Amino acid sequence: MLDRAARSTKPGPVTFGILLKLDLESPPSQHSPKTALRFAYSSLSSSSKFQQSPPMSIFEYNGSAVIAMVGKNCFAIASDRRLGVQLQTIATDFQKIYRVHDKLFIGLSGLATDAQTLYQRLVFRHKLYELREERNMKPETFASLVSALLYEKRFGPYFCQPVIAGLGDENKPFICTMDSIGAKELAKDFVVSGTASESLYGACEAMFKPDMEPEELFETISQALLSSVDRDCLSGWGGHVYVVTPTEVTERILKGRMD
Amino acid sequence: MLKGMKLDTSALESHRLLIGASNELQNGFSTAPSFEIPNTTDFDCFQKEAIQMVKPAKGTTTLAFIFKEGVMVAADSRASMGGYISSQSVKKIIEINPYMLGTMAGGAADCQFWHRNLGVKCRLHELANKRRISVTGASKLLANILYSYRGMGLSVGTMIAGWDETGPGLYYVDSEGGRLKGMRFSVGSGSPYAYGVLDSGYRYDMSVDEAAELARRAIYHATFRDGASGGVASVYYVGADGWKKLSGDDVAELHYNYYPVQPTVAEHVMVEG
Repeated sequence: MLDRAARSTKPGPVTFGILLKLDLESPPSQHSPKTALRFAYSSLSSSSKFQQSPPMSIFEYNGSAVIAMVGKNCFAIASDRRLGVQLQTIATDFQKIYRVHDKLFIGLSGLATDAQTLYQRLVFRHKLYELREERNMKPETFASLVSALLYEKRFGPYFCQPVIAGLGDENKPFICTMDSIGAKELAKDFVVSGTASESLYGACEAMFKPDMEPEELFETISQALLSSVDRDCLSGWGGHVYVVTPTEVTERILKGRMD
Repeated sequence: MLKGMKLDTSALESHRLLIGASNELQNGFSTAPSFEIPNTTDFDCFQKEAIQMVKPAKGTTTLAFIFKEGVMVAADSRASMGGYISSQSVKKIIEINPYMLGTMAGGAADCQFWHRNLGVKCRLHELANKRRISVTGASKLLANILYSYRGMGLSVGTMIAGWDETGPGLYYVDSEGGRLKGMRFSVGSGSPYAYGVLDSGYRYDMSVDEAAELARRAIYHATFRDGASGGVASVYYVGADGWKKLSGDDVAELHYNYYPVQPTVAEHVMVEG
């Protein structure tokens, strides 16, 4: 607990940036997709005998940690920033959380190429919905959409485990997660996914308190994320946190261990 | 299939035999301590399973190089099991004696045991011959032992670095039986990254400080790129007076020393219902 405290004291030396964007015109930044990597997977061989190469699941190919927490009339969603190819770190500014609209976010853990494809399909479906209904989708509806889209590929799934977080009617927070074929799992407190999910469960179980205010929620979710990814080889290299209240969206970049 | 194949199991019976010194004078060859082999009909399959069970694959970055003033040895400190980080504070540089260091990559138990064993053998050599063993001799002692276990699943990738009568010495020894003399080595999953930094920054006439910084930087860069390396970058120097630990830096701090970040403030704040 001691070095945890050293890493961050209020109001938040954990952050080195508070960015904000709430501009519906500009789409979230896209990173060049590593699509070809998926085909290279089977042909990868270790160059050295002392290299660690246990059979890795395709869900663990890129590495990820995504988490969402509910507070008092608000929620937070956070992820790590690493994009790797197995143990090799390729990028440390990778976006895993996507904004659907101002009060609805989706975090996609798992295979990065599938996450990006899935996100693009979700954006497309959400835009069609907006045009027809002239309103934003409710988180519950959006969760059902994601679930349906995933189940469509029941026998050849997207290798993603989504985390959905949003503010619904009367700004009631909603969080849920799903497996890769769309089985919804709703929760009142927190949801986690990714290669660090076991550690994330442990950290959340220990740190979560109900009805936190946005500031405390940020602190909690950040500490949970950072301590969890420190026990995972495949995720980390900084963090990305969104705290969403009925009136404000705050995006912060977390400083973390870069190993 | 095991008929006729007899391994000396004296290692488990007495200490005197474990160090293999008993017939050292008689035939000129030192014997390796030996272990009982499993009594099974399907030896190959048993071995395969046993190796998987015993060997906690340990991602690592270790390096060592000879320069004007001696040998620089450095390593990270992470131990991992699959994707899980089981420790961030492993000692991967093993002190064999005051003039010799060994590095650890591969199976932790294998490395620790055989380095300790090597330490014993080196001390015995010292007592018998009234002078310290050469790095060449020590590394050959280890390589011969590892070779005698070849194919039985040992996992060791090590560098033996030290100072002897001929000056600085550096050897790479592995469980496949390989033994190489060289000026510059790196071993482990992070070694390609470490080599990148090491090869581009190396000069023979570096000062101790420059060499230590190069070693530290190489380890740091390896921990950054390699998911299975991390924790603390320890740097040891071996000179004419023996080894000395120069530093042990948390790579998380090293990163922000090498690449400081400025906090940025909100670009735009929404206040809207």
